[in-house]
Amino acid sequence: MQTSTFIDQPIKKAENRTKYYFRKFFQRKTAVIAAVIILIFLFFAIFGPQIAPFDPSLPDYDNLYGAPDAVHWFGTDEFGRDVLSRLLVGTRNSLGVSLASVLIGAAIGTFLGVLAGYYGGIIDSVVMRGSDILFAMPDILLAIAIVAIIGPGIINVVIAVAVFTIPSFARIMRSATLSVKSSLYVEAARSIGCKNSRILWVHIFPSTIQSMIVNFTMRIGTAILAAASLSFLGYGAKVDEPDWGAMLSSGRNYLDIAPHLVYFPGLLIFIAVLAFNLLGDGLRDTLDPKLK
Amino acid sequence: MGRYFVKRVLGTIPLLLVISFLIFMFIHLIPGDPVRNMAGREATTEELENLRESMGFNKPLYQQYFSYLNDLFHGDLGISYKTKLPVSEMMIGRLKPTLKLTFFAMLWSTIVGIAIGVLSAINRGKLIDYLGMLIAISGISIPGFWLGLVMIQIFSVKLGWVPTGGLDTWKSYFLPSITLGCGIMAILARFSRSSMLDSLGEDYVRTARAKGQRERLVILRHAFRNSLVQVVTVIGLQIGGLLAGSVLIETVFTIPGLGRLLVDSLAFRDYKVVQALLLFFSFEYILINLIVDLLYGVLNPRIRLK
Repeated sequence: MQTSTFIDQPIKKAENRTKYYFRKFFQRKTAVIAAVIILIFLFFAIFGPQIAPFDPSLPDYDNLYGAPDAVHWFGTDEFGRDVLSRLLVGTRNSLGVSLASVLIGAAIGTFLGVLAGYYGGIIDSVVMRGSDILFAMPDILLAIAIVAIIGPGIINVVIAVAVFTIPSFARIMRSATLSVKSSLYVEAARSIGCKNSRILWVHIFPSTIQSMIVNFTMRIGTAILAAASLSFLGYGAKVDEPDWGAMLSSGRNYLDIAPHLVYFPGLLIFIAVLAFNLLGDGLRDTLDPKLK
Repeated sequence: MGRYFVKRVLGTIPLLLVISFLIFMFIHLIPGDPVRNMAGREATTEELENLRESMGFNKPLYQQYFSYLNDLFHGDLGISYKTKLPVSEMMIGRLKPTLKLTFFAMLWSTIVGIAIGVLSAINRGKLIDYLGMLIAISGISIPGFWLGLVMIQIFSVKLGWVPTGGLDTWKSYFLPSITLGCGIMAILARFSRSSMLDSLGEDYVRTARAKGQRERLVILRHAFRNSLVQVVTVIGLQIGGLLAGSVLIETVFTIPGLGRLLVDSLAFRDYKVVQALLLFFSFEYILINLIVDLLYGVLNPRIRLK
């Protein structure tokens, strides 16, 4: 009666797919650490003004260019303002700009890419030639040209960075759509008379979402760098606004007497970009095992 | 082969035309009267009219574009309104520092990037691999302009080893080329690692090992050589972006190159120069990509047969 012991065994329930991804993700230590760092940054972005030890715009003319000490952990700037407080408050600006621009770029790029991949033909040609044109200019130049046309300022930086984010999403989502378009379940949906809009939204879009998440995370890193570069060149946030790139830009005038004005904002940008890139790497390994 | 070449080259022409049109429109898209933008606020009405006439701004847009294209074909990029010099002359003077800087950045980043990638691949999962990939992802994430400033602070201000900027001695190229090449080193390291891992898993590597060839030869002659085709492509694609990357680095190190010229011209609203530089950087980018594509077609027959 050996078979009965086999039959008596409880049937193992298949692991929920979300649980599976979570389990796989948590095996990657660097990605988990990166996720924690990002959460901390998000916390700063939301509660920065509340947890800042000093008023970020309050000058203190008795303590100009103060080196880091027990009171001012990151020192003070050319107006005696507390650098740590300015960085904490500036997190919202710096992360907000990159998040907003990637969100806009991703939404437009995904929409265009999925349409191009699904319908093909003239829509495909137009979208792909359009992204060829955007790709034909180096990112930073495109952003500079756009800001030169629409003027400096934070909102315009968002627009500029969003524009150069569009083509990468359009291409990735197009190829992701193409790869599922001919699969059996899409064919089945079409044969039972589903409308195109339903097929696109219910069947195709969800299966392309993994590529989107990975690209989204990676592009945030790029966007933080681009926004900081634009601010550094003087096209982004105003110099007196608490913004990482703008602080770096004004700090560079005092490199010989107060290097901490350059060190800390840049270090924060570096850590934030690094965290998003590491998280993106981890997500790619988790969600898309085909890629290395 | 010939057909692939012709198709690829002809396919680039419409792109160049569209880009040239967009860049031509740049001056017209900047808010306000383009002539007023160029002449500045203090210009009188008469001066404005003269300028409008001499620059052809009173003609219809399409005629202006065609004469712009015509001038381009004759190597005429216009006259800078600020310096009154021909733009092409201004650019030629600035070309050398940028090209030198790009060359040095490319040189070190290629050598170091490929070395890190190959070492990481053959030591997969070990400490070297881990360190190599940490360096690579840091190189991608680090803001170049910040790295430049930090290095200026350490090596110029504190230690006094190299000048803080300018191009007076050969030492001046050290810090800027390290800064400029950092990102490419990182991309190359990641790419050559994965391409090396691919070829290490191929049958011909197993065969080479099976016949008892020494490991070093297996790696260098079989795995590495085959992984190079893809790495060369990535190197080519990076050069295109590198010239544009000089915009930030030349600003940090006060190098009188093309990138700096762009930033300065934007600040002075010298839009003729800005227009010419945008055109130069985009055309250079497109043409290098085209050359890389063609080379890739030569190296990898599967592509051109598609």
